[in-house]
Amino acid sequence: MSTPFTKEMKKDYTILIPNMSPIHFNIAKEVFVNHGYKVVLLDNQGPNVIREGLRYVHNDICYPAQLVIGQLIDAIKHGDYDTNKIALVITQTGGGCRASNYLFLLRKALEKCNLGHVPVISLNLKGMEKNPGFKLTFFILLQAYSAFVYGDLLMALANQTRPYETKAGEADALVAKWTEYLSDCFAHNRGYIGWAMKRNLNRICDEFALIETKKVEKIKVGIVGEIYMKYSPLGNNHLQDYLEAQGCEVMVPSLMGFLYYGADNAITDRKYYGGRFISAKLTQFVLKQLYKVEKMSRQAMLKSGKFTVPIPYTEMKKLDEGLLDYGVKMGEGWLLTAEMLDLVHSGYTNIVCTQPFGCLPNHIVAKGMIRAVTERTKEANIVPIDYDPSATGVNQENRIKLMLAIARENLEKNKENA
Amino acid sequence: MKIGLDVGSTTMKCVVLNEALDVIHTEYKRHYSQISETAVSMLSGIRNICSGNETTLAVSGSAGMGLSQNLKLSFVQEVYATRLAVTNYLPHTDVVIELGGEDAKILFLGQNMEVRMNGTCAGGTGSFIDQMASLLHVDQDEMNSLAMQAKQSYSIASRCGVFAKSDIQPLLNQGAEKCDIALSVLQSVVNQSIGGLAQGRPITGQVVYLGGPLTFLSELRKAFDTTLHLQGICPENSLYYVALGTALSSSAELVDLEQLIYNLEHYEVAKAFTSIPPLFESPAAYEAFKQRHSKASLPKANPELYDGQAFLGVDAGSTTIKACVIDPEGRLLYSRYQPNNGNPIQAVKEFLTNFYTTYPKIRLEKACSTGYGEHLMQNAFAFEYSLVETMAHYKSARTFKNDVDFIIDIGGQDIKCFKIKEGTIDDIFLNEACSSGCGSFLQTFSNALGYSAEEAAKLAIKAQSPVDLGSRCTVFMNSSVKQAQKDGASVADIFAGLAISVVKNALYKVIRSTDPSMLGQHIVVQGGTFLNDAVLRAFESELGCEVIRIDEAGIMGAYGCALHARDQHQAVPLQRTLLQLPQLEHFVHRTKTTHCKGCANNCLLTINIFDEGRKLVSGNKCDRLVSPETFINNPESLNIYAFKQKYLSELETSKGKRGQIGLPLQLSFYEQLPFWTAFFTQLGFEVVTSHASTRETYLKGQSTIPSDTICYPAKLMHGHIKELLEMGVKTIFYPCSSYNLDEAKGDNHFNCPVVAYYPEVLRHNISELQDPSITFISDYLSLGDRSFLPKRMHQILSSYFDVTKQEIRWAVRSAYDALEAYQKSVRTQGQAIIENARKRNWPIMVLAGRPYHADAEVNHGIDQLLIQCGCAVISEDVVAYKMEKQQRRVLNQWTYHARMYDAARYVSNEDDMQIIQLVSFGCGLDAVTSDEIREILQKADKIYTQIKIDEIANLGAVKIRIRSLLAALQEAPKE
Repeated sequence: MSTPFTKEMKKDYTILIPNMSPIHFNIAKEVFVNHGYKVVLLDNQGPNVIREGLRYVHNDICYPAQLVIGQLIDAIKHGDYDTNKIALVITQTGGGCRASNYLFLLRKALEKCNLGHVPVISLNLKGMEKNPGFKLTFFILLQAYSAFVYGDLLMALANQTRPYETKAGEADALVAKWTEYLSDCFAHNRGYIGWAMKRNLNRICDEFALIETKKVEKIKVGIVGEIYMKYSPLGNNHLQDYLEAQGCEVMVPSLMGFLYYGADNAITDRKYYGGRFISAKLTQFVLKQLYKVEKMSRQAMLKSGKFTVPIPYTEMKKLDEGLLDYGVKMGEGWLLTAEMLDLVHSGYTNIVCTQPFGCLPNHIVAKGMIRAVTERTKEANIVPIDYDPSATGVNQENRIKLMLAIARENLEKNKENA
Repeated sequence: MKIGLDVGSTTMKCVVLNEALDVIHTEYKRHYSQISETAVSMLSGIRNICSGNETTLAVSGSAGMGLSQNLKLSFVQEVYATRLAVTNYLPHTDVVIELGGEDAKILFLGQNMEVRMNGTCAGGTGSFIDQMASLLHVDQDEMNSLAMQAKQSYSIASRCGVFAKSDIQPLLNQGAEKCDIALSVLQSVVNQSIGGLAQGRPITGQVVYLGGPLTFLSELRKAFDTTLHLQGICPENSLYYVALGTALSSSAELVDLEQLIYNLEHYEVAKAFTSIPPLFESPAAYEAFKQRHSKASLPKANPELYDGQAFLGVDAGSTTIKACVIDPEGRLLYSRYQPNNGNPIQAVKEFLTNFYTTYPKIRLEKACSTGYGEHLMQNAFAFEYSLVETMAHYKSARTFKNDVDFIIDIGGQDIKCFKIKEGTIDDIFLNEACSSGCGSFLQTFSNALGYSAEEAAKLAIKAQSPVDLGSRCTVFMNSSVKQAQKDGASVADIFAGLAISVVKNALYKVIRSTDPSMLGQHIVVQGGTFLNDAVLRAFESELGCEVIRIDEAGIMGAYGCALHARDQHQAVPLQRTLLQLPQLEHFVHRTKTTHCKGCANNCLLTINIFDEGRKLVSGNKCDRLVSPETFINNPESLNIYAFKQKYLSELETSKGKRGQIGLPLQLSFYEQLPFWTAFFTQLGFEVVTSHASTRETYLKGQSTIPSDTICYPAKLMHGHIKELLEMGVKTIFYPCSSYNLDEAKGDNHFNCPVVAYYPEVLRHNISELQDPSITFISDYLSLGDRSFLPKRMHQILSSYFDVTKQEIRWAVRSAYDALEAYQKSVRTQGQAIIENARKRNWPIMVLAGRPYHADAEVNHGIDQLLIQCGCAVISEDVVAYKMEKQQRRVLNQWTYHARMYDAARYVSNEDDMQIIQLVSFGCGLDAVTSDEIREILQKADKIYTQIKIDEIANLGAVKIRIRSLLAALQEAPKE
């Protein structure tokens, strides 16, 4: 019933990718180019995206689904594509939350606007759907992983530099420069493992450390939440820009953490529900290899001595002990709670917790745990913000402003005490 | 001098302090969104006080944000400002409760300072009270004095204004006392504030009430006092605390007042909203449009000249009364469309009296009523007939145009749509309580902006750049409109945007289609809302096709009724009973309320008593006393929900050697109770189960719920835990599980995130569970893997008790046996119900949902309502198991969902079975299931019916839905 993506299509079909996190996806898309796919990372924004989303997706479904599907359909309708030569790609997590169904909702939406013939590729690591023309080979996965590690590092460094830079725009220019450089590396099959990667990571840190900064005290705000809402400026009304304009430094937890968390759950599942020994062991092995790269990136940051270095995933996990069980694996699961604790511990005591309106897992791991988190870390100042096609900016900003007012007061207090 | 300016959503407040921080000036004004103008007038008023003094100023409030940005004034967040003021003027305060126009806040001061603000979707604020007052046709003061006289209070869903409306409107239409409703509204605000904002933190000590509603409504303060068991204070200047704090704030900056006033006078906002193309490109286009629509007109006759038989139709809607009189040929003699002013009976009485006196020669032969007040009118005025409103609309449209294949009716409160195929109703779409984009919505907004609905429509037509307002609920729309105003949209642009949003709501949310070909060739639009040309135009352009609007679109329900009265009269001429003029003169109507004593439910009954012994009882959940002749004595024989409830309440346990263990009866326990009861009984525990949920269960746990948008069953769970603790249970067992039973029918067997992990929320939000004397066992396990479970249970339980592996193995075995026995008896009983129903020739309704929808407080007695309507009730698990696995068009990975899909497939092959899907508000997963189930049913030409449930207790709308379904089935040709 649905059109598969065949090997022939690989040659001349353009694959449209919805954009979740510009900094990460800009690098990662090159991996696919490198492997012979024609891809376009969408950057269409504006009211039309959500209009198309509302038109073709059930209005009670979560906001990210409406945005992702809206972005794809808006691109097809208003972009300059031959609809017989495009394919779409969408992620499928395979977890127990609605997100696993985006693929099917997209197909239903396409049928509604007579685009049922456009193939949709499911991007998942669980073998949920197979397309002959699109295979996540070992090398693609490895390179994509490296791309995300680079993305995380660039994001962290830029966020820690941008608010303090003497010459505005230097940090972003550096991100652009490295994105281009890394794309070129990937195109030549270089720089995604071993010493080459290590050298790149070190050089990135060095260059960011060289950016001239002012010594000013800023309000430090962390953003956690449902993954799309957290990263996507389209989803969260450019939350990071808003906060930076309000004079804050913003920390967004890494995308890698989410990936580790997803893999790690297989191990917990075996403990709680039985299941295959092999897959748990295999996951454990793979994770160990992946941690090595994480370490490389952390060490590069540590060496420059100028930045707040994220704690390793395994340390992050420990933060949840006695709070939220590792069994909570839907949505952002226990990781979200751990991230809140981590942010508070590393000085980002002010937190915006983003979620789509009515997000099921976040009833548990975000709103349900705020009380427990603030009991543990008295200095935490958390505001949950719901995003929705018709939640207004005024309403959201007013609540964020309350959080900022308290943050400012705490900052003053700390200065006095110091 | 220090000036504080608080620009709230509806009012502006200004204070001036001197250097000693004494309040020397205050002013309070509604601003009607004219923010800069109001600010100018306020600031001009304090010129004299400030001139010659060094003056600082800061702005606060949601509507002040834009102003402060554009004029570069310092801004203080309002909750923060309140805190500053309270710490300064009332230093011994522990808790501040502040209700504003659209925000509600609670501040906990002292050691652990905390501030809470309502989320986006919440009622319990000033504009909510305003809205409810306008429903009662009183102002705030009258509301307060009404509440003083109240004798009792009804439970009203307070989570959002729209929900509350669906509870209040029927109460009004049933004739409940206004004073009781007034008190209930205030009480619901109290519940909402405590439940939604306190989130488990106790409100004790010195409480201070601030803000408009709490200042003006003494009864509201009293309700807070009573509920919190304390005596709060409402200080002097309670309206001005935000403004005071703003003035006090250290961020207030020096200003040149004259310059500021000048700036405000010349304040202009750049247009920054997203707009959509205008409704009409030119006046000529509008003329052509009007010309085209003027052709569809009902046949009419002159009542002055008419002498003879006529028929009356009355459509008693939620806010309006529509009435019409026709002659035997169906020609319209007379029609009326008027507001019911909160007293529909009086309105109809006046109409009748008027008609009889004006047209003495017209002989009203028979009458028929429809709408929310269908039965009330029928009883009050002894009408011969009544008709469910969907059928009334269908009848009128079909009479007007017999090849109609799609009818859409947008009334004051509802949207009703029908698809017609080969002369019979093929599908029905009705709006949910939450998607309130209807007529009254437009009316409310136009009034709020100072226009009548008609004026608003005229403006909308000429709008040059309508605002894109999306298609969500009223509450969201409020803030969208505010934002649009802030961004410089004109009133006309907003009205056009609102008209478009009504249409989008109908198309995207109710009909769920934007493809005109799916709707039909001949689309007829009805309902008062379509008399608004802007709405009609928006509908046509959104669909991209032309539709038919009848000139009397507003009274089509009443017209259908009149036609029905005529047809019935011509078929079987009964005795005329309709009240005549002399009888109307002695017309008596009074209401009384009483608690039914038929069973332990003690339903609150409203009894309308008329002269000559006519009366109408409402509020009853069953027919035991109200209508004994139709009451089914052994409901289990026709209602599987009753059977399940009975089965679960009679599970056996015994006093065991290991003491008590508590199980909360909600969510997953609804199906797994037999399993765990047997398991723990076998292990030597005495199992204590919490009682079936009631409204009280909810209220008991309400203050510990951290997320106000979660589903009602999850909210109830808090009350169940509290109840177990009150019963003295020291050990509570409620395991987490990502997985449910593996029935091998789908791609996986997940639970939804809420069912899977709710114990985590309970543990961290109900403080009693952290008490060392209480053991709360919430470890992770799954019933899906039978061979692994004993091992896992041993791992879990051995850390709490001294149990052996062997004991656990036995216990698990008898637990699975008990679960199977339960499932088997549900299936057997279900089969018996099916046979029983077939013997009686009753339709069989598969009331499909999750197992916990069997909870009577969750389904609000919809099963009993179905029985009253003459339908047998089974649940999805009675038939789902009969179907083989089949691939679905969505990811079918939840155990409970797979059952619903299979039940829908089973029903597809059974002529006398229908599916009604119960969907909890906030259940995002059902956005996936409902579309899929509808598709399955459509393939079999079955009508899909969905009922959304939450804390709203009133079943008025549900009843209309069910009766529409039944009426459509009756109309369908029998094969």
